[in-house]
Amino acid sequence: MSEHPSTYDPKTGVEKWLDKRLPIVRLAYDSFVDYPTPRNLNYWWTFGGILSVCLVIQIVTGIILAMHYVPHIDHAFASVERIMRDVNYGWLIRYVHANGASMFFFAVFIHMFRGLYYGSYKAPREVLWILGCIIFFLMIATAFMGYVLPWGQMSFHGAVVITNLIGSIPVIGGPILTWLQGGFAVDQPTLNRFFSLHYLLPFVIAGVVILHIWALHVTGQNNPAGVEIKSKEDTVPFTPYATVKDGLGIIIFLFLFAIFVFFLPNSLGHADNYIPANPLVTPAHIVPEWYLLPFYAILRAVPDKFLGVVAMFAAIAVLFILPWLDTSKVKSMRYRPVMRWFFVIFVVVCLALGWCGAQLPDTPVIPGLPSFNLIDGAFNSYLWLTRFLTLYYFAFFLVIMPWIGLKEEPLPVPASISEAILAEHAKKKG
Amino acid sequence: MSAFMTKSLKKVLGAVAVAAALAGASGAYAAGGAEHPKHVDFTFKGPFGTFDQGQLQRGYKVYKEVCANCHSATLMSFRNLGQKGGPFYDPKYKNPNDNPVVKAIAAEFEVPDIDTDTGEDITRPATPSDNFPEKYPNTYAAAAGNGGAIPPDLSVITKARHGGAEYIYSLLTGYVTPPKGLNVAPGQYYNPYMAGSLATQWDGDPHHVPVGGVLAMAPPLNQGAVTYDDGTPETVDNYAKDVSAFLQWAGDPHTTLRKKTGVAVLIYLFLFGGLTYAAYRQLWHGKH
Repeated sequence: MSEHPSTYDPKTGVEKWLDKRLPIVRLAYDSFVDYPTPRNLNYWWTFGGILSVCLVIQIVTGIILAMHYVPHIDHAFASVERIMRDVNYGWLIRYVHANGASMFFFAVFIHMFRGLYYGSYKAPREVLWILGCIIFFLMIATAFMGYVLPWGQMSFHGAVVITNLIGSIPVIGGPILTWLQGGFAVDQPTLNRFFSLHYLLPFVIAGVVILHIWALHVTGQNNPAGVEIKSKEDTVPFTPYATVKDGLGIIIFLFLFAIFVFFLPNSLGHADNYIPANPLVTPAHIVPEWYLLPFYAILRAVPDKFLGVVAMFAAIAVLFILPWLDTSKVKSMRYRPVMRWFFVIFVVVCLALGWCGAQLPDTPVIPGLPSFNLIDGAFNSYLWLTRFLTLYYFAFFLVIMPWIGLKEEPLPVPASISEAILAEHAKKKG
Repeated sequence: MSAFMTKSLKKVLGAVAVAAALAGASGAYAAGGAEHPKHVDFTFKGPFGTFDQGQLQRGYKVYKEVCANCHSATLMSFRNLGQKGGPFYDPKYKNPNDNPVVKAIAAEFEVPDIDTDTGEDITRPATPSDNFPEKYPNTYAAAAGNGGAIPPDLSVITKARHGGAEYIYSLLTGYVTPPKGLNVAPGQYYNPYMAGSLATQWDGDPHHVPVGGVLAMAPPLNQGAVTYDDGTPETVDNYAKDVSAFLQWAGDPHTTLRKKTGVAVLIYLFLFGGLTYAAYRQLWHGKH
């Protein structure tokens, strides 16, 4: 909260001396100790803290991996395996990093759906939301380039497919593609620059995360009731209340993380990426990692390659203008009886898009069911299912959100956070 | 009404979150047209499973006497065989480079080197610190020697195939006579566990193309071809099981340590989580 006055009181001489010159302890105290946190935050709010942990884990393990990794097309694959076999606890570091990417995306998707459900993007938090969208986009770029580094079959052919998308841009696409790949095909220069950028971008992400937290602390956190903080009664100090709650969320998340790292370390990846890259042999079925499948599905849903690329980027770009697409005056979907069902459908659609992204487009959705041809493909195929899902994805933001916001009659919104808590207590009792 | 809807919505959201986790975990990828691998009760399965050292030793023997005639495993070094959890680990030799069994195994292989006196290319017997050598000088030689197909390196083969060790076992024991109507070229062998698409080689009903594929590897295992010293019956089935277990270990040699660490980590997180939960309950009492 911007109006929240600093309560930091430097006690020792050293603290007083430093506080006059660089009030960094004051900043930390005001941001993470005395910071007023809404009392009614639920566990969906712990994902911000969880994501900070994810970023730190990825950066720390990544720096260690970079000490042993060789960014050369003839040595990259073997160097990754050397890390797994011969570097002390290298298997742990590498499995944490590889599964950490999946965990990072799992957490960020929940974080984004939470923001969407509780209207955390609405005024005055538009900049906060947009910064989050920038982080998400940077995460996708970083994850994609990281996946290329082991130089397995999926790394290589995934890099070919995705970089070639740029080539579909009319006129300027070709030269940009050559510039991006560092030549006329995915090869040594591509691998080397991807390694460089994969090392750089996480620090850019860290920078934007600082802005994200800054913006958060200017507006204050949103909360499940979606009403702003009115009085001191509505809040608790961040430490110890939020720190313990976030801590518990982080521990539970790490439990899930550990199950994957120690017992299912390769279950989220594709077996083909343990085959060294071979430009002459194309895998039967090129698929990205699971967290990019929804966007991959949208890309393939459009018959024209360039328009598919446009749709794929639009799927992310639409998030940036979300604050201005929602016409409702109520933030939290708790009090939006119609919209929340459209939200549930939206979550299901996103998951279904991910599922479709992993299927071959021509495969029938329901095997054995008679089908007919619609324009360019069987109606009973993942191609057409993906198209309907894509339609809903965009309609949710561009049509449903502005329209329902105007038409819907919201439920009564509590006057304050403490009133919302009291109402909940009454409900629990009776 | 609103209370009901909020509650039911919470349930839906919870279910959705779990479904998301599971959908990711199960690897939602479309499989190729091949028979699902056979089920094998390997000792290393499950969160507490460990390798059977005797089986790993037998598996190495099958690898050395059969597979290694065409395949390489260059990501492995000989000392790996003697490290903790490996087939020839001996607690007497903490440093596997000192293990006499490993030294003897390494010495059976010739590796390329350079004569430091003359500068000429030579070969010498391998030492435990060497990697398993390449089988062929280059991929062209490999293809020329195997009817045009390059035998894949086996170092990480169990990680590089869906089904892992069970797939290897199924492939090795799964060769059958091709169904009538399937044209298999000379030097090719039909195997229902091999991923592939046989539509172009199939003369029968186009809606019932047989599953599986063809490969250039002839059925490699024959009963009695490898001598076992420990009394284990010398059957194709045992050979296939043992070599699959060996390749599983070779693909991820720290599996046992990984699982042990994992159990400790989960117990720690569980206790830490319990303590934190207790602290949380006490702290938040009456606050929400």
